[in-house]
Amino acid sequence: MCRLALRSADEAFSPYDVLTAMEAMQEGYDGSGLGLLLRGVEFEDFRLKSHHVVLSGIAHTEAAFHRLTDWMGSQGFQIRYVHEFERRPELIEAQDRFVYLVRVYRMPATWDALSCEEIDDNLLRVRLAIRQNEELNRGEITVFSLYRDVVTLKEVGWPLQVGDALGLADGRLKARVVMAQGRQNTNYGINLYACHPFFIQGIATMTNGENTAFVPIREWLEGKNIPGYIGYHSDSEVFAHILHYVTRRLKLPLELYKHVITPLKNEELDQHPQGEFLKGLRTVCRRLIIDGPNAVIATLPDETCMLVMDQKKMRPATVGGRPGAWAMASEMCGVAALVPDRDPSLDFQPMREHTVIIPPDRKDYHIWSQLDPCTLPLAA
Amino acid sequence: MVSARSLYSTPGSLTYHDLPWVITHREDRCTLCGQCTSVCPTGAIHLTYRRQRMPKLDVLQKKRGNEYRHFVGIRQHTSIEKRCIGCGMCAMVCPNEAIGPHPNNNEHRSNFHLNTAGEAYKRGGRRNAPGKTVLDRISFGRISMLTDPALDAGRHEFNINTILGRVLSPEEYLRRKMSGEWIPPTREIFPFVIGSMSFGALSPNMWLGLLQGVAYCNEVLGIPVVMATGEGGCPPWVLRSPYLKYIILQIASGYFGWDEIIRAIPEMQCDPAAIEIKYGQGAKPGDGGLLMWFKVSQLIARLRGVPEGVDLPSPPVHQTLYSIEESVMKMIQTMSMAFGFRVPVYPKISASTSAKAVLNNLVRNPYAGGLLIDGIDGGTGAAYNISMDTTGHPIASNLRDCYLDLVRQGRQNEIPLFAAGGIGKNGNITQNGMALIMLGASGVHIGKYIMQATAGCLGNEMGRCNVCNLGICPKGITSQNEKLFRRLDPDQVAERVAETFMTIRTEIKKIMAPLGRSQSLPIGMSDALGIDDAAMAERLKIHHVC
Repeated sequence: MCRLALRSADEAFSPYDVLTAMEAMQEGYDGSGLGLLLRGVEFEDFRLKSHHVVLSGIAHTEAAFHRLTDWMGSQGFQIRYVHEFERRPELIEAQDRFVYLVRVYRMPATWDALSCEEIDDNLLRVRLAIRQNEELNRGEITVFSLYRDVVTLKEVGWPLQVGDALGLADGRLKARVVMAQGRQNTNYGINLYACHPFFIQGIATMTNGENTAFVPIREWLEGKNIPGYIGYHSDSEVFAHILHYVTRRLKLPLELYKHVITPLKNEELDQHPQGEFLKGLRTVCRRLIIDGPNAVIATLPDETCMLVMDQKKMRPATVGGRPGAWAMASEMCGVAALVPDRDPSLDFQPMREHTVIIPPDRKDYHIWSQLDPCTLPLAA
Repeated sequence: MVSARSLYSTPGSLTYHDLPWVITHREDRCTLCGQCTSVCPTGAIHLTYRRQRMPKLDVLQKKRGNEYRHFVGIRQHTSIEKRCIGCGMCAMVCPNEAIGPHPNNNEHRSNFHLNTAGEAYKRGGRRNAPGKTVLDRISFGRISMLTDPALDAGRHEFNINTILGRVLSPEEYLRRKMSGEWIPPTREIFPFVIGSMSFGALSPNMWLGLLQGVAYCNEVLGIPVVMATGEGGCPPWVLRSPYLKYIILQIASGYFGWDEIIRAIPEMQCDPAAIEIKYGQGAKPGDGGLLMWFKVSQLIARLRGVPEGVDLPSPPVHQTLYSIEESVMKMIQTMSMAFGFRVPVYPKISASTSAKAVLNNLVRNPYAGGLLIDGIDGGTGAAYNISMDTTGHPIASNLRDCYLDLVRQGRQNEIPLFAAGGIGKNGNITQNGMALIMLGASGVHIGKYIMQATAGCLGNEMGRCNVCNLGICPKGITSQNEKLFRRLDPDQVAERVAETFMTIRTEIKKIMAPLGRSQSLPIGMSDALGIDDAAMAERLKIHHVC
């Protein structure tokens, strides 16, 4: 089973810190992959601005790299910064890694007048084009994310070793939020697209455990024909898409994510002030009910971090920390390693009805209970 | 050689070795109590006085003579209308294990004579095709072990109910909620529904027993079982009772019983669970309902608004309808309106290669509350043998095709598909039902199995019994003859209904738990299914396992 670690701090830190902390949970992964997603990114020699977007991925050949840079130019993206990793290729098993892409672009000038939502749609379209455009890609480009203030790294191998191979310890790349997953390969082949965290339009999730309801959920999401609901090399990718669907397509508040994936029972909804609405929501979103066992950790563009469990809570995860620095991890020892200077007695393990939120101000974590009334933007 | 004329043999003459069932009678055990002959539903056996001649030769006195032994014996009739049907009631009542029917394993002659007086053979039961069904061959192979823990069927909390009724897309639900528009009614029900068997086909005691059992399941056991009436309405007291909420009222092409129902609407204490519009039935697709005159008793005649003792064949189609567009628009909407848009209305069709066309039509109708597809192995109270044995389509591939069609459109949560026809044919009720659910059904309807499990129906798919149409059901399940249906104690039926559904509930959990599922019924979880035949696996788009 995969191990998950998230650290969120006021002060940007190196992702390597998270990788070393993850070693505390090392019996849980087998070196089949590492995924890292960074928000609140600070480069040593470049300052990101709001009109900048970061392209993350891998160009597997030189030709592909040139095709990609030319193509991005043709789409109106102007390169502003390229992060060069201090690579030690001998530490990586895979040979076809011409360059790890962390490239900062200025968005096309024609987008300046667009709303945030329209820009997000455009960014998604560009990312999907890089992934799916046969002429451009030819199976030689892997793209993880293209978004404001998001850097994603994925590689097959032992997490710390991958960190060393990319020279992450050098402190040139820092972030305020780092999600990391050490992969325990189970059902699915080692495929870079199968590595967590999964990303869509600013929303990222990572999960441990296996999603037993994967096939019906995937079939339903695919049937919606929503751009970006593709791939599914991992059964966990659906968690990112459900979160996207609930918050971006249905425009429901974040609290309702938990009500969609693990709805309350009838007896509980009968007592709930919004029980009638929630029963209806449960019925219409029935195909999105997850069956676990999973802990899902998510981050949003405003650096909000979220932790939820499946209903059976057979993959318990923990949140802990202190004002200004918080951690979420699939194991308690992970939390301890990520924020050692905390009061462990204040650590919290969410129960089946809880959603734990670390808000962007990082003063404290919030616990939402499904049993409490929720804020609905509706007449419901 | 004697001349043929002196022997009594006509083209229709049969001997008991020509019949499908041969009665074995052991005279050494028989106490001549006569119970077997009195219970035999077809009068296939009779007490006879026999005389046996014993030749006697007295050699010393050079005299020849005879002695005669007289005895009473039990013999089998050989006329086709009195042939033994193999029900075995004679064996059941015999105090001394002296009598019983045995299947005639040789090819027998009666098949060639089931057309006496030009009457084509009619019967009840199912398609006579014994053996493992496709559903029986499906196994559940995606076991949670190490990658994720298997669940404890006994201790975990399971949510195994399903939804009946039109489900909106989430976007549309939110839009309507915001604007205060109508949300189609849905019901949360147990995924195994007692399929439509009419009050007319079933005896009053059977019907009462089922209803009592269903009420017990709902109110005491917390298993929200619902049952469907067939065509022919519902007893008036039930229509005005709080138990109506457990009942799906069926309307079929004869509209029998609907006068009573419509009149009762203002007095109903609650809404029915749903309305089922029957367009077709798996056992006899393209054929209307049939209640033969034997069963049209005073009560049935009153309920259906017809004279007593007449055959009641329903037309093969709804006469008021011209096309499918009309059927979905007019009938579904009319029925919805009759019940104030508070009751799901869905059609029942026979499995067919045209099922997808019906489904696609329903998808576009905002009032359609689901689709029930009934396969070729479904049972019936009365039909022509030719229809039952040869007309129709098996349920598994038909249901799967329809489900995958919905998946392609992203509408699989919106129109719940229910499957029927041969579920539990060989007793594997939960396995069969869950296989269909994982192929895409939201639930299944079971009729014949319920009669077998809760009332001891003796029929099988090798021609046993199958006289539901004649009103002579030896167990009193499908008879309107008081002498027969008093054999059936409604309380005992109710008890068996409760036992049956408790077992199904446990078995559902025992199937779901190893798959790591507990929070929702695994509808469409086809990755869990395997079958030992490559062609079937490819057809159903599931794993081939061997």
